[in-house]
Amino acid sequence: MSARDDIFGNIRRSLGVKGSETIRQQIVADRLERSPRGVIPQRGQVSGEERIALFKTMVETSLATVTEVASASEVPQSIALFLRNHNLPASLRMGDDPRLNAMPWSDTTLEIAHGPSEGRDLNAVSHAFGGIAESGTLAMVSSADNPSTLNFLPDNHIIVVSAKDIAGDYESVWNRVRFAYGKGSMPRTVNWITGPSRSGDIEQTLLLGAHGPRRLHVILMCD
Amino acid sequence: MLVHSTSPQFKQNAARALNDVQLQKALGNVKQGFIDKRQMAADKLPEFEALRDSARDIKNHTLEHLDLYLEAYEEKVKASGGHVHFARDAQEARDIILEICREAGAKTVTKGKSMISEEIGINHHLEANGITPVETDLGEYIIQLRNELPSHIIAPAVHLNATQVEEDFRRVHTHLDAKRDLSEPVQLLTEARAVLRERFLAADVGITGANFLVAETGTSIIVTNEGNGDLTQILPKTHIVLASIEKLVPTLEDVSQLLRVLARSATGQEMSVYTTFSTGPRRSQDADGPENYHIIILDNGRSSMLGTAFEEMLRCIRCGACMNHCPVYHAVGGHAYGWVYPGPMGAVLTPSLIGVDKAGHLPNASTFCGRCESVCPVRIPLPKLMRHWREREFERHLTPATVRSGLQLWGFFAKRPALYRFATRAAMGALALAGRQRGRFSWLPMAKGWTKYRDFPAPQGETFQQRWKRERKGARA
Repeated sequence: MSARDDIFGNIRRSLGVKGSETIRQQIVADRLERSPRGVIPQRGQVSGEERIALFKTMVETSLATVTEVASASEVPQSIALFLRNHNLPASLRMGDDPRLNAMPWSDTTLEIAHGPSEGRDLNAVSHAFGGIAESGTLAMVSSADNPSTLNFLPDNHIIVVSAKDIAGDYESVWNRVRFAYGKGSMPRTVNWITGPSRSGDIEQTLLLGAHGPRRLHVILMCD
Repeated sequence: MLVHSTSPQFKQNAARALNDVQLQKALGNVKQGFIDKRQMAADKLPEFEALRDSARDIKNHTLEHLDLYLEAYEEKVKASGGHVHFARDAQEARDIILEICREAGAKTVTKGKSMISEEIGINHHLEANGITPVETDLGEYIIQLRNELPSHIIAPAVHLNATQVEEDFRRVHTHLDAKRDLSEPVQLLTEARAVLRERFLAADVGITGANFLVAETGTSIIVTNEGNGDLTQILPKTHIVLASIEKLVPTLEDVSQLLRVLARSATGQEMSVYTTFSTGPRRSQDADGPENYHIIILDNGRSSMLGTAFEEMLRCIRCGACMNHCPVYHAVGGHAYGWVYPGPMGAVLTPSLIGVDKAGHLPNASTFCGRCESVCPVRIPLPKLMRHWREREFERHLTPATVRSGLQLWGFFAKRPALYRFATRAAMGALALAGRQRGRFSWLPMAKGWTKYRDFPAPQGETFQQRWKRERKGARA
């Protein structure tokens, strides 16, 4: 008997079921179909300005920084300023996100590279799929537009997110993912990012910049 | 073959741990940090208790329908282009992993933190077959250098102090300047980051565990703070996920409920830094990510826990809160437990996985104070389950003869209330009389185990039942 059959057989024997019971199948199919929400914390159930304010507070609680800009056209200048303020080189890697490509990078002296990271980049910018106010989390999806390596390899990661994409809770983001990719389907990688990389493994002391970015900076576009 | 276990020597392990000055210093960090942080996180979220109920219910529901959710999950993984392998035991899991690594022509394999990889002892197996495994979680990396098991399920090197880590780095990182300054923890972190960055970029295969598997989408989920699990899985050509059958949950909504209690219970964070949802290999339009995606689903004795009292243990989401709050763990640390899983969750799970004949000491190493159950995010009744193991140990005649006859003697009296009252009254009276001068005994017949370490206070002459009766009467009057 194959390991698979053996394991299923043993699970069913232990549970005292056959696996063919219509009622059990119905219960499972129903839950997978309806994906009921559980307990949703009140904290994120706010809208408009209040939700944006909560998102910013929670981003800062996670030890990331956040800047608001009025529109996409201000993003390059804002990034150039951020890099200058931290004495970082004026270089930046990004994917092929059309929203990023459309920004006026020539307004700055930033040296731009495109494509995934091979581990030697200091700075990178990605465009988020959305944000979650409840915990100050950024939701990233893998693609050629925003390669996953940019989320982890650079020392300084900048994430651009549109205020209209900030949700109150995780469940609202899953609804958007389903709308974009189809129910039951997912992009290869969804990354929830809440703050810069850290470790407490040496004497339980919190240290930033373990393997991922030492700095996480969020640019919130309010248009 | 299972990973070598020293659980049968728990008593000796514990005695050694209590006299280990370095360990006792390091364990101070557990008591201080984790408890306050969890409490603060719980207090900040009014729905925390309701979410614990929700988390428990989701796990119970999934376990009751585990066969069907596993089938749904398997189908989804295949549809997304991934490969699903089933392993009955540790040996099968090791063989599958080795075969995938060989097919990939792997020389080095990076690893995210995975307790199941410790359970099946994959590192030794890969080494024995000429493949170098590299642990990338900072704590796991440190203990790999020391050839130790993790002493905590989320803080593997919590038993060590910074000076010990410095010694290990100097011993192993011989390509670096011997005169470099490593006196600050941040310098140790920076060095590990640089050394491991090269390892990440060179690895042929990445192995991660999974905190959860989602049936709705065929997704595996890892939760880390360092980002090491992500570099492990997006850089090499092949990503292997190692998960046990009970990691399954039905939907993305369900896993969102569990994630809301996981980090809060573990480290007191609102959310861990990186929560990563991986579904199959990279898509044709993707710029990066692994070309091959394998999931190994391990049973290793778990399916036999279903339908028994120990089914509740399969709800465990490995947050570590039970050990963070355990006075026994605080005193002896994780290694004394002698195998992969320490603390209260280990005291319940280890006998299920390696046998109560080997791990019977673990469920006995409890004061039954109940703190573990009070903080468990999925409300596992850990003290009750430890008591079940004690009963089974007794039934199977595994308890030592002296303990058995002592219990039988006590049982004889306990079943005869009049005799019990008479005997205790006589004994308490006699002890009160004998000890009235000093107020304590430094030696008592048949109680050397107690009096060797501390004095036995002399009873006041009254039994508990007599006093109870008297005070109840007083309260009513």
